Amino acid sequence: MNDKENIRTITINNPLKLDCGKTINNFPLAYETYGSLNKDKDNAILVFHALTGDQFVTGVNPVTNKDGWWSYAVGPGKSIDTEKYFVICANVIGGCMGSFGPSHQNPETRKIYGTDFPVITINDMVNAQVNLLDHFGIKKLFSVVGGSMGGMQVLQFVSNYPDKTKTAVPIACTSSHSAQNIAFNELGRQAIAADHKWQDGKYSSKNTIPDKGLAVARMAAHITYLSKKGLQEKFGRKLQERDDLKFGFDADFQIESYLRYQGSVFVDRFDANSYLYITRAMDYFDLVKQNNGNLSNAFKNTKAKFFIISFTSDWLYPTQENKDIVIALNAIGANVGFVEIKSDKGHDSFLLDVPDFLKALKNFLDKSFLEK
Amino acid sequence: MNMKPEFKIISNLINENSQVLDVGCGDGILMELLIKEKKVNIRGIEISKAKVQNCIAKGLTIIEGNAENDLKQFPEKSFDYVILSQTLQAFLDPENVINELLRIGKQAIVTIPNFGYWKIGLHLLLKGTMPVTKTLPDEWYNTANIHLCTIKDFVNFSKTKNFKLSKSIALKSDQQSFITNSNLNIKNLSSNLGIFLIES
Repeated sequence: MNDKENIRTITINNPLKLDCGKTINNFPLAYETYGSLNKDKDNAILVFHALTGDQFVTGVNPVTNKDGWWSYAVGPGKSIDTEKYFVICANVIGGCMGSFGPSHQNPETRKIYGTDFPVITINDMVNAQVNLLDHFGIKKLFSVVGGSMGGMQVLQFVSNYPDKTKTAVPIACTSSHSAQNIAFNELGRQAIAADHKWQDGKYSSKNTIPDKGLAVARMAAHITYLSKKGLQEKFGRKLQERDDLKFGFDADFQIESYLRYQGSVFVDRFDANSYLYITRAMDYFDLVKQNNGNLSNAFKNTKAKFFIISFTSDWLYPTQENKDIVIALNAIGANVGFVEIKSDKGHDSFLLDVPDFLKALKNFLDKSFLEK
Repeated sequence: MNMKPEFKIISNLINENSQVLDVGCGDGILMELLIKEKKVNIRGIEISKAKVQNCIAKGLTIIEGNAENDLKQFPEKSFDYVILSQTLQAFLDPENVINELLRIGKQAIVTIPNFGYWKIGLHLLLKGTMPVTKTLPDEWYNTANIHLCTIKDFVNFSKTKNFKLSKSIALKSDQQSFITNSNLNIKNLSSNLGIFLIES
């Protein structure tokens, strides 16, 4: 299934103490880069991917042979212009595209980790990825950019490494996972666990995968990425290759067929245990609590220039949650801009062809790059 | 875009290298002027998505928001100047907005289209319809200006609410002059715009 030869990895030799208390050593971090680092090494942008993303931001993903997940925004002449900037993206730890994750073998037991893999957090993810800066000899990034869980990593990165980036662009995200966010993630995890092929996470030793459970998890999550209006306009009550209802439980409606398809293609590219680990990391994310109830403290040591973007129809990470970050930054006089983009495409807007978003992102980056 | 004549006057009121917030900054023309002439560190708040995009395209730091609700996020005296250029009359609660400007700014600069201008009075008197002028270009049914006032109203307002008018400037086309107690009635009739530097 996976052509893992095309995956570039570095081995992180610095021991990484995880939030759960365990320490990991000599672990792989898979990454990809686009564009080239300039002589001053001041044009690098670290892009953080979302829950089911990977390091293949743009161009053709060599593993799936599909377009990179952020092809609308990243590429030559695009918002994140690879003719101008050196774009780095790493697969998060806990992921399944080459970075240290639950599908890796435990060197001590010689067995696949499965659910013996340590629980990781957003904080652990960015602490692993910061090693890429040393690898490339970059003292300070031009920007850290990401949407959804990628945006959470942006916030955590600036909090942990206040001097390591000139600008920060958290998109469609939150500083603290809400009860509703946790609830949807739990629904997905329970769907996976309810699949008897999950085998308490030891499915790979049984040469099987919990494909049904993972597909249901994806279907449920996919609904949360879209808006009611977007779904209604795209699908309405349209029927799937039939003239009338069949009075059964096949996919009569196009929306059913669409969701089933989304679920089925997802299981070919994503690991069920990674899904558990990464959703857990998102649920544990609470930058407010990390800062004893005052989000402003997360940013008090940074001079980074922030640009926060939300979308009108995003009900998963609604505008108000993005604005709470703006408010926390304004409370300490940080340099922050904010725009809410009008779009009917829901949370997924940041991944799609939404011209106002792509324009705002491009203008912010290109203008900020010229500032001393 | 045209530079409003009041922008030069506002710029003259502002010290170099100060911290400024432009409330209702529109396309950011005043912000650009102040960056160029006074090297200020300036933020803008603007409600129109299209204008926010224009400001981003100019590289300005802009927050999309409604000044009626979104000023409360700024701490006390976090700016040297807070500017409100010809938008006070559009707020539901101008009194609260003035209080907020004076809370978050050490000083505030408020400009108002003067409804006491003689041409406006004459228009109403002779034509009997709501005045439409260069500074008040909309019809009564589509205007955002729900709390219009005169220069004299604003001066009286400052006395009632106990804030200080550090500088009061009247503008007629591009001619500026100071407003004093003795010339208030004249300036109220002869000016189309009032510019006030205020503090609590």
